[in-house]
Amino acid sequence: MAKYMLIESRDPFTSNEVAQNYALAAGLVGAGNEVTVFLVQNGVLPARAGTRADGLSALTTAGVTVLADSFSLRERAIAGDMLADGVSAAELDVVVDALADGAKTIWN
Amino acid sequence: MKVLQVIDCAYRATLEEQDDTIIWITHAMKGAGAHLTVLLGGNATNYVIRGQDASGLSFGDWRQTEPPRIENDVAGLVEKGVKVYVLEEDLAERGLGNEPRIDGVALITRGGVPSLMDAHDQVWHW
Amino acid sequence: MADNKTLTFALMDAPYESARSTTAFRMMDIAARRGYDINVFAYEGAVCVPFSKQAPHPNAVHGREVEEENHPLPKDWVAALMREAEKNGGKLDWVNCGLCVDERGVAEAIEGVRRGTPGDLWQMAGDSDNTLVIGTR
Repeated sequence: MAKYMLIESRDPFTSNEVAQNYALAAGLVGAGNEVTVFLVQNGVLPARAGTRADGLSALTTAGVTVLADSFSLRERAIAGDMLADGVSAAELDVVVDALADGAKTIWN
Repeated sequence: MKVLQVIDCAYRATLEEQDDTIIWITHAMKGAGAHLTVLLGGNATNYVIRGQDASGLSFGDWRQTEPPRIENDVAGLVEKGVKVYVLEEDLAERGLGNEPRIDGVALITRGGVPSLMDAHDQVWHW
Repeated sequence: MADNKTLTFALMDAPYESARSTTAFRMMDIAARRGYDINVFAYEGAVCVPFSKQAPHPNAVHGREVEEENHPLPKDWVAALMREAEKNGGKLDWVNCGLCVDERGVAEAIEGVRRGTPGDLWQMAGDSDNTLVIGTR
């Protein structure tokens, strides 16, 4: 089992590749890996509750840890109590931790 | 260390650069001893299609004399022993499933990508 | 420093074009504060990031003169991270892809930046605990 950190910087409203990236995350869990999706930049936009965030909810159901960059959230006026179910705010340090721990870290 | 190069951005600045710069850097790193595999997805699946012709670019009296020859460059990676995979679903949705493509590339489904990633130490998505 | 880590980042974006640049610097800042050794392979537009000729400007739309505007210059970010890493027992090794520098005419980089080749990326990656590639679009 390996650890994966998938950094998602894009949003599903402007990029149809994001849904594929979400599916990859779920697929990696299905293959027995530990997977975190870290949303950053516009990638946090679907983390606002009430948006078309079905993809993110499905990720957490699939066993993926979904985190959203605190700075990116604040930059877009998405407060902590406005996050979709299953999404947690986190500091970018989490990504550096993953890199330092040798997780396969992939920027999308 | 084995690295999977994921390339899905295509035809970005290829005319100015005379290359796809990620295909190019893959060649360069291979030459430096790197152990690399390439996964072409998205629009970059078009890179394996035969018949790409970017010749003829000109502005005023300036003429491009060395256009990019991307299918040759991808074929060159195969000749150097770099395993090149192409996402089957992305080929199909672009109507490329039955188009002639360069020899030696392997099709892979989206379902096969986790295993491919697991088989490499690092995954570099350009 | 005990348990020091070495991370390599491959960057492609020119300054002022993408949020990817600032996110990359945020990660490198975290690494620098931890005293990690940080390698950067700057490819394509990213070779312009440490270009020494960047200059600040005023902002007439906001009525700010040069000093007040304090416009960010990424070359200063690179220098700041070099200092931060060193202060904490680490270092930042910034390598500009030489051919990318030539075609963009940005050979004048800040002190500490060096010219290299794709072989350097592979070498740095091999010598690191991990590598993060941030491609451009």
